[in-house]
Amino acid sequence: MSSPLLEVREISKYFGSVNALQSISLSVNAGEVTCVLGDNGAGKSTLIKILSGVFAPDTGQFLVDGAEVKFGSPRDARAAGISTVYQDLAMVPLMSIWRNFFLGSEPTKGWGPFKRFDVAKAKALTSKELRAMGIDVRDPDQAVGTLSGGERQSVAIARAIHFGARLLILDEPTSALGVKQAGVVLRRIVQAREMGLGVIFITHNPHHAYPVGDRFVVLNRGQSLGNFSKKEISREDLVRLMAGGAELEALSHELERPLLDNPIAEAQENA
Amino acid sequence: MSTLSAPPLKDERLSSTGWLTRTLRRPALGSLVGAIVVFVLFAITDSTSKHLWLSSTGVAAWTQQAAFFGIMAVPVGMLMIGGEFDLSTGGMTGFTAIITALLVGQLGWNAWAAIVVTVLFGALIGFINGYVVTRSKLPSFIVTLATYFALRGLSIGGVLLVNHGSTEIGVGTGTHSGMESAKAIFGSSFFKSPSLPSGFQTAILWFIAVTIIAVWVLGRTTFGNWVFAVGGDLDAARNVGVPVTRTKISLFMATSMAASLVGIISFTQSSNAVSEQGVGYEFYYIIAAVVGGCLLTGGYGSVVGAALGACIIGMAFQGVIYSGWDSSWDFTFLGIILFLAVGVNTVIYRRAMKARR
Repeated sequence: MSSPLLEVREISKYFGSVNALQSISLSVNAGEVTCVLGDNGAGKSTLIKILSGVFAPDTGQFLVDGAEVKFGSPRDARAAGISTVYQDLAMVPLMSIWRNFFLGSEPTKGWGPFKRFDVAKAKALTSKELRAMGIDVRDPDQAVGTLSGGERQSVAIARAIHFGARLLILDEPTSALGVKQAGVVLRRIVQAREMGLGVIFITHNPHHAYPVGDRFVVLNRGQSLGNFSKKEISREDLVRLMAGGAELEALSHELERPLLDNPIAEAQENA
Repeated sequence: MSTLSAPPLKDERLSSTGWLTRTLRRPALGSLVGAIVVFVLFAITDSTSKHLWLSSTGVAAWTQQAAFFGIMAVPVGMLMIGGEFDLSTGGMTGFTAIITALLVGQLGWNAWAAIVVTVLFGALIGFINGYVVTRSKLPSFIVTLATYFALRGLSIGGVLLVNHGSTEIGVGTGTHSGMESAKAIFGSSFFKSPSLPSGFQTAILWFIAVTIIAVWVLGRTTFGNWVFAVGGDLDAARNVGVPVTRTKISLFMATSMAASLVGIISFTQSSNAVSEQGVGYEFYYIIAAVVGGCLLTGGYGSVVGAALGACIIGMAFQGVIYSGWDSSWDFTFLGIILFLAVGVNTVIYRRAMKARR
């Protein structure tokens, strides 16, 4: 079997005396989705920043295509085909979709002082790439700020793919979205996987992670609670693990009020 | 890209954004309507005996004023789209005229050499403005206000010092090398006729040229894309690799160099320069840009709109005279125009922002 697209082994990160991450290992293959789950403060953000080249890990190995790498900046990571779609999306709401799509990497034509933004090409490529992802925007001239949350995430994902990403790191892409919009984003994740990309899907929602994930890594307070393939864990176990298992059960006992045995019958009696 | 040559698939829902919606989304629309309304208004209120407003004399008069405002309003509008202000612009137009006048009149330089130095000086001031703003992260409002006061002091004190106690610098009666050709390019007129002996000012051609260049740069170049981005969302722009600092500094430099152009034009027209000329005009430029649909918070606007805004201001100044009103009403008139334009532009902006229905 070929080596995974990206693999980290036993990486740790310290901020002063704080142990932000301790001995985390995970891997993602091309055409697979690895989900990283964790509550607030579990170390997800630190992990993303290491994977996308913002921080270097203090200990442990970082391998791309089986070869150890050391990224000095996010630019290095991007050059290796690792593209991170952040929550803030790096898009300008007031600008049109096609202007955003190529922002910072605009196609040009012409020469010398007449070198210019190839607007026709930018518009055509934007439409083509969005359509290839099955994203249906009526008008590429539309401002990004007018798109729904799910559409915006979709455009950001399409942009990352267009610019040569082999591995997508998605930082909580569904967290601010309603059920329907989250579904749109989950569909994009599956599409990216089908296109042969590796995806690292960071979320705190096991119900979003389970249907699309091939592997699941659960973090809690900077430590790994386990690294499972889909066969090894059921949705219920994942939810329980995520929620802190026994802790949540105790909490629900405390919070739930005793229910009547049959509220409907009760209501009819009273009527 | 052979795939690109294939005819694009038609999305049947594209028809929902018809030409009317598209037109109504243009940020310059408010100023276009405003310009037409103001033009018609003054055609009605014109009280001159020969109805000068609609004659070539009238058009030459207001376009000349509009040109002086417009050469500045266009780069100021671009700067506003890029999310920054420049309050030193008005003072700069006067100060650069003084520099050219000093170099030619007092030091006897060739006019073209003086013009080159003046433009370079403008670039330097713009660079300083931009550098300080991007480095200190202070609001450009404050930084350029400081530049404005520094220049204003220098334009009085400095001139008094080198000019033997007079605030007016002329070139005198002698001939100065290059002055003839410089005047022909910057400070002369065209379309002279028996009915219009003074013709149209060349400043108008510069105004048109500046506007065309700005439209092209903003809409059709990579740099233009960056201008919208740095004004719309600075962090997002930085995240995707837009050279944010370079973009902003370039905008400040363009604005100050445009101020040098105005200074050069006004000096070559009159062959002299006076301290404090142009002081206070910075607000007219900002008004023109805002009337033209540039958002005060950046990221949205139009340079055509800013140019039309400058035309409205030019018409207001001239129209009030032709209508026989007291010129103090200029300001009230501009205040009302500004208020109405902002109202209309807000509607257009909201419409652009809710394209989905």
